[in-house]
Amino acid sequence: MLEKILSCLGNYKKYAIITPILVIGEVLLEVFIPYLMAKIIDVGIKNSDINYILKLGGLMVLMAMMSLLLGALSGRFAALASTGLAMGIRQKLFYTLQDFSFGNLDKFSTASLVTRLTTDVTNTQTAFMMIIRLLVRAPVMLVSATILAISINVRLSMIFLVAIPVMATSLGIIAAKAFPLFQKMLKKYDFLNTSVQENLIAIRVVKAFVRKDYENEKFKEAAASLREAEMKAARVLIFYMPIMMFTMYACTIAISWFGGNLVIAGSMQIGALFSFISYISQILISLMLISVAFIGIVMSRASVGRIIEIIDEPLDIVDNAAVNVKSPSDGSVVFDNVSFSYAEKRDNLTLSNINLTINSGETIGIIGGTGSAKTTLVQLIPRLYDVLSGRILVGGNDVRDYKLDTLRNEVAMVLQKNVLFSGTIKDNLKWGSSKATNEEIVDACKVAQAHDFIMSFPKGYETDLGQGGVNVSGGQKQRLCIARALLKHPKIMILDDSTSAVDTATDSRIQEGFKENLSGMTIIIIAQRITSVMDADKIIVMHDGQIDAIGTHEELLIRNKIYLEVYELQQKGVV
Amino acid sequence: MADMDRKATNPIQPVRGPGPVIKPKNAAKTLARLLKYMLAYKLYLGIIVITIMGSALAGVAGTYLLKPIINDYIVPFIGKRNPDLTGFIGMIALLGSIYFVGVIGTYIYNYLILIVSTGTMLKIRTDLFDHMEGLPIRYFDAHTHGELMSYYTNDTDTMRDMISQGVPQLFTSILTVTGVFIMMLVLSPALTLLGLGMLAVMILAVVKIGGKSSKYFVLQQKELGKFNGYIEEMIEGQKVVKVFSQEGPAKERFDELNETLRSAAGTANIFANILMPIMVNLSYVHYALTATLGGLLVISGQLDLGTIGSFLQFTRSVSMPITQISQQFNAVLTALAGAERIFNLLDEEVEVDSGNVTLVNAMMDEKGNITEVSLHTGIWAWKIPHQDRSVSFSEVKGDVRFEDVTFGYEENETVLHGLDLYAKPGQKIAFVGSTGAGKTTITNLINRFYDIPDGKIFYDGININLIKKDDLRRSLTMISQEVHLFTGTVMDNIRYGKLNATDDEVVTAAKLANADFFISHLPKGYQTVLTSDGSNLSQGQRQLLAIARAAVANSPVLILDEATSSIDTRTEALIEKGMDTLMQGRTVFAIAHRLSTVRNANAIMVLENGRIIEHGDHDDLIAQKGKYYQLYTGNNA
Repeated sequence: MLEKILSCLGNYKKYAIITPILVIGEVLLEVFIPYLMAKIIDVGIKNSDINYILKLGGLMVLMAMMSLLLGALSGRFAALASTGLAMGIRQKLFYTLQDFSFGNLDKFSTASLVTRLTTDVTNTQTAFMMIIRLLVRAPVMLVSATILAISINVRLSMIFLVAIPVMATSLGIIAAKAFPLFQKMLKKYDFLNTSVQENLIAIRVVKAFVRKDYENEKFKEAAASLREAEMKAARVLIFYMPIMMFTMYACTIAISWFGGNLVIAGSMQIGALFSFISYISQILISLMLISVAFIGIVMSRASVGRIIEIIDEPLDIVDNAAVNVKSPSDGSVVFDNVSFSYAEKRDNLTLSNINLTINSGETIGIIGGTGSAKTTLVQLIPRLYDVLSGRILVGGNDVRDYKLDTLRNEVAMVLQKNVLFSGTIKDNLKWGSSKATNEEIVDACKVAQAHDFIMSFPKGYETDLGQGGVNVSGGQKQRLCIARALLKHPKIMILDDSTSAVDTATDSRIQEGFKENLSGMTIIIIAQRITSVMDADKIIVMHDGQIDAIGTHEELLIRNKIYLEVYELQQKGVV
Repeated sequence: MADMDRKATNPIQPVRGPGPVIKPKNAAKTLARLLKYMLAYKLYLGIIVITIMGSALAGVAGTYLLKPIINDYIVPFIGKRNPDLTGFIGMIALLGSIYFVGVIGTYIYNYLILIVSTGTMLKIRTDLFDHMEGLPIRYFDAHTHGELMSYYTNDTDTMRDMISQGVPQLFTSILTVTGVFIMMLVLSPALTLLGLGMLAVMILAVVKIGGKSSKYFVLQQKELGKFNGYIEEMIEGQKVVKVFSQEGPAKERFDELNETLRSAAGTANIFANILMPIMVNLSYVHYALTATLGGLLVISGQLDLGTIGSFLQFTRSVSMPITQISQQFNAVLTALAGAERIFNLLDEEVEVDSGNVTLVNAMMDEKGNITEVSLHTGIWAWKIPHQDRSVSFSEVKGDVRFEDVTFGYEENETVLHGLDLYAKPGQKIAFVGSTGAGKTTITNLINRFYDIPDGKIFYDGININLIKKDDLRRSLTMISQEVHLFTGTVMDNIRYGKLNATDDEVVTAAKLANADFFISHLPKGYQTVLTSDGSNLSQGQRQLLAIARAAVANSPVLILDEATSSIDTRTEALIEKGMDTLMQGRTVFAIAHRLSTVRNANAIMVLENGRIIEHGDHDDLIAQKGKYYQLYTGNNA
């Protein structure tokens, strides 16, 4: 698990290696400074040796400056290494996402993917920085300061050998007790935020049903229970600081007393006693920092897990390296006994045994109720999902034998849930073809009935759409999406309920535009309105994952019950 | 010995690293307002101040005691046989008592701060929510969810950290630094001079590096914002990226943003990272210089050993508080900026409601006289107070009239132009027209989500401005295109329409809406818990729940805004019967894109650009061969 994360370091690996080395150097210098101080007092002052004092004093200052330099450099390299790692992880995640199929994407919500790329990466970055700095610094200091203390006076250092386990145990107990309580608190916190979010989204419902008081009461309860949980967790945690102080003070008192007696008895010198007092804080603070770093790392483990989950997600659809058919020769589509399941299980089929032949250049309409698998059917053509069994031929070859981008360049699809990106209208249209000329763009927009409304904007094609295309209405968005797909000049064009927000009159003008301008292109239209498909060469009626009937409008009116029923319901009252 | 990393007081809630400093516009005013919230804990606050002082001073005093211990109780006895240790024991006991006070004080103030901070946050949170729920819809139009959510997450979090950690640490640090310098001065003016020099260097380092750090964190924040924006957009549109095989260009743009972010984060973290080692090691420089200078002074007889011992400890105990003062000061400023935003929201004006006509349960005798009753009778009446303090009642019928209504969401963008409209009780009025024609706007005005600047709207002959908003809304039920559900069971969600509805009433309503069938097929039936806005249900199922919710509410007027848009034609036909029952005897306003759903309306209004251009019933309008005919048949006749 760790290797996968570390492999994201790339060029920043050298910084990750050099940082701990510098940290160790810094710590050793810091630890030796009190040791030299003791020499100044016990040798220099005792012998009134000014030269000795100046020499050692100079050395100490030099060591402190060196330590400062090493410390600052290690800080710098740690920053470079950890932010470099974060960049590497983000890139790895994003690149993996680009290779995700629709099936892979369906497993994760947008929000959860965004969190993984942002918060989780930042958590990992912080944890990594802690590991290469704090988690090197603290243990090295703890050990080296203890060793020096022992070398100065074995008997007195027994105090540390008692204090260290006592403090480690009590910190451990506090952390172990507080941790689950904090997890509980975080859950309450999430719950509170979820309820705020719900209220924001549904504010009109709350107001329309006059539920302000009810919601306030609900919120108050949740907030009070959050406070309760917070108190419970923190009540354990507030022992942390007093225990730390207690241990430190107890050590100071013990060292003053026992050390004082040793000095009086002549088995230790005063300078050595001073250095011992300095080691108290070095040792105990290291211990505390280890506990902090440890908890930080434990908390970031969940983030690392979520990142790994993406990296490890097996890719559903990959280019078949072995076979390499050029591009589809025409726009024909054949479904050969195709079955499909989102769950990839035989007993849970979304489509079963579909056989269908669409000739190149035909216009096909698809009608059917919600859940009848219309969308599923067409999404198999550009290989957005792979079939469970059977095969699909486009231009005479199995879709799995094309390179993915070759296939998708020839099969354009306007998705039901479509998205425009921030940038100008023109930028968005150019997604269809980056080399499209202005003339081509205008032509495509005219066919999609988008040209007129685009020109009604003050900036025309240069109008900025804002994030997610917020500056255009639903119907306008759909027409832009159609134009964008047209610019690909595909052999097959699929429209998945792409004119649902367009009024009937405009819709029929779009159909006419297709007929006049796109002869030779295979067009597949999924629609709710019969009027959108009634002129098609063939209409497919889907029902429950199967083809209920295929035929022209007139044929289906005569022999298909579902079609007739929908038609009558929609046409009721028309003269 | 005060040389503790006070940042690490709370290991499980790691303190936010150094971040960008955002300054409040009026720090003093915000602080005063925040203090007002905390005044409920006056007594605790007093004890907190005293115990913090006790704790900080105990640390300083303890270190000072090292001097008399060395000078008076150790040095004089060195090498003596059977030294008299009673004085030494007394000093150790004194040290122990001082430290005991310090430890106990620390525990007490930590405990009290916990009570004060969580209590204050509870009050602020509930005030915030309470106030937000009363804000007009316009406010929610103008602010994104993310923006409002950050009040509850980011801003309250930093405020809590400020109250529970920032301010106490700032206070402790200032006390410690002051105490240490006074003690240094008492111990040795000569060494203190050196100390002051070092202090100047340290402050300079903190200010310089701290300033750079927060400047670069602002930059990092900006780059992070850009990066997040791109990520969100791309992931949202990931399927489109795939359909258009745009993975390559997406990666290219990503790499650019990723590198910019790394560079900004790197620089910001460098400055944050180097501050601590520089401060710690400057204090070692100070330590080294003190030992050297002190040594020389002892030799020349101007200083004693005990003083050096104490002084050396003091040199080590100022670097951390100085760093803390600068960091916490910035954190407090940032938190105050957050508090200011929260207070700004609390200052936003809530929905105005000057209405005094209320909705009551009523009974009617044979002569048509209406009396108010407390029980639910199924008959509703408007209770109208008059100037002479008498009240009169009029039955709620659902008679809605628009007179010359002009309205726009923005100042210069008129959506409705001088609209006149009349719906008789029990009628079904349908609005049709293309997107942006103003259909939804009309419904938003009836329930006063927005107030109109010009014209009047009457409800059973009463100007709606005179009706209490809550009562007005209770008399109308809206089913809109976008269905919103709450975390809770299916039963709870339907019951939202009428909180005291019995289980039977809920089931009856669900049956009416034809929702009972799918609900009973859910894993736990009516007790199935819905989460994330009911994301485990299909759009059509959510619509059915919304219809059931409206059925339970049982109000005289129904507003259907594309209520069946996500239900396919055949399913719609199935629920049509339920809808018909629901609509019986009620005034219904229906907006529908699909014209088959408005066919049987008593009157159909065709809207275009905020004006009614055609009206009449279906047959009339078809015969007119105008816009309606065009919309309906798709013919450009």
